[in-house]
Amino acid sequence: MLDKQSRGALLDPLVDDNPIAKQVLGICSALAVTTLLQPSLVMCLAVTAVLVASNVSISLIRQWIPSSIRIIVQLTIISSLVILTDQVLKAYAYGVSRQLSVFVGLIITNCILMGRAEAFAMQNGPKASFFDAIGNGAGYSLILLIVAALREFFGAGSLFGVRILPLAADGGWYVPNGLMVLSPAAFFLIGGIVWAVRTWKPAQVEIERVVHIEELPHDTSHRDGADRRAA
Amino acid sequence: MQLLRNLFDRIEPLVQPGGKYEKLYPLYEGIESFCFTPPERTRSGPHVRDVLDLKRMMVLVVFALIPCILMAMFNTGYQIHRVVEAGGTTLDTWQSTVYGLTGLPLATSSWVGNFVHGALYFVPVYLVTMTAGGICEVIFSLVRGHAINEGFLVTGTLIPLILPPAIPYWQVVLGTAFGVVIGKEIFGGTGMNFLNPALTARAFLFFAYPAQISGEVWVAATPADGQSGATWLASFAEGSGHLAGFTWTDAFLGLIPGSMGETSVLAVLLGAALLLLTRVGAWQTMAGVLAGTLATAALLNTVGSDTNAMMSLPPHWHLVLGGWAFGTVFMATDPVSSAFTSTGKLWYGVGIGVLSRSSS
Repeated sequence: MLDKQSRGALLDPLVDDNPIAKQVLGICSALAVTTLLQPSLVMCLAVTAVLVASNVSISLIRQWIPSSIRIIVQLTIISSLVILTDQVLKAYAYGVSRQLSVFVGLIITNCILMGRAEAFAMQNGPKASFFDAIGNGAGYSLILLIVAALREFFGAGSLFGVRILPLAADGGWYVPNGLMVLSPAAFFLIGGIVWAVRTWKPAQVEIERVVHIEELPHDTSHRDGADRRAA
Repeated sequence: MQLLRNLFDRIEPLVQPGGKYEKLYPLYEGIESFCFTPPERTRSGPHVRDVLDLKRMMVLVVFALIPCILMAMFNTGYQIHRVVEAGGTTLDTWQSTVYGLTGLPLATSSWVGNFVHGALYFVPVYLVTMTAGGICEVIFSLVRGHAINEGFLVTGTLIPLILPPAIPYWQVVLGTAFGVVIGKEIFGGTGMNFLNPALTARAFLFFAYPAQISGEVWVAATPADGQSGATWLASFAEGSGHLAGFTWTDAFLGLIPGSMGETSVLAVLLGAALLLLTRVGAWQTMAGVLAGTLATAALLNTVGSDTNAMMSLPPHWHLVLGGWAFGTVFMATDPVSSAFTSTGKLWYGVGIGVLSRSSS
């Protein structure tokens, strides 16, 4: 099976270190493309594909990347892959590509990609980087698909375009919730997921550090000001 | 009364720490302190001595809302009867059936009739709000272990007042639950919320179910021409440019279609007087909103526009339409979500006045 490092790289990002729910990365696309399940699924596949390819290729050449220009090199690799993905989508899934519009191109700005390249692929071998990419892609997809399923179900009464709840407008009983179609709904849902995950795993809750007044360095600026005025 | 005391004394050991139902203590404490004076008092100083606590403050706001509540019932009935007198019909609802059974006339001249018919719409919405919000509050205080407090009395009274009469009850439940949970409880409950829960509820309903909150169900009756259901403000904004048969006095008294409790400036002013006398509501906020509104309205009038009729609405009309007065007195002055210092309140008010006018 898998060695311990690859296993961790693969499974941790699902819940314990989820890129969206824990690290709060990749939020833009989670808000923008999740009104319907189908484009969300395509988005998840595209991001995972780019992530795997970029992680592996950056990991392979990590010894030869000069540290001072590493960000530029990473960006060049990621943007080439994004352009490639965009072209493939335009060629084979034109309809969905139109729906996702600018957001395919914007995969390049998805913080998860740069984050994994910088935090993982630059320090680890291609095998571990591959599993890290799959894991993070899956963690991202998990949240995106949950959000998209809820938004499509309550906002349009359907899943993958298949009618589940008969709409009141067509003689059924379900009145679609218009808020679900708007981007803020994704915010509320992601917030709810973060809340649920942290209730389930309290270890994820950031501890607030209370700083007591006595601990703060003494602020002498006001005294200086008074002195200057006196002078 | 002694009977009640004995009952509480019997239950108390069960909900104390270590008791069988210790998790239910907040619920016990809430009901007990609602019925009796709380047993704990501050024993050692220094502390601020004041007769005003959260409970009294909230109750005062509820008192201040009473004119609006009465007007909500009266005007809802009045508007239905006005439409009927113009040749329209009542809605096919249980309220219409029950009102028919009372034998009261469908006439605006019948004060009792107006009142009863309106109450048939207002009271159920109020009860549904209170039940839904109350359940959310109790669940959160049980899980979080904090006391049930009186903040919801005000929120629960505000919500039905800013909803249209014929709103479906399930929407009231959803909106209230959203307002209480997302607007308040997730931030830690009363005093911690940066949003006004009642406005959060209304905003949720506005975005989730726009058809039900504006336009088709404002008036609980079907007009003769089949289309004048939109509010007066909306029809003015659409460019008809005239105020469909109403006078400024009608708008001031609140005899116009709208959400149930926000139409009457007179009722709001009565409430405002109580809030200002008891200093529960800040005059700085109200003055700020007034100044911001008048200035912006005057500016818009000066600029003018051929396409947007709203820009020609004179300043004194702004004060009597669209729930302006209600929002100024009961929403803007919410002590939790508004500014803290006096100067801050003034500018907070000005901001509300400017933004609410610019966006309408």
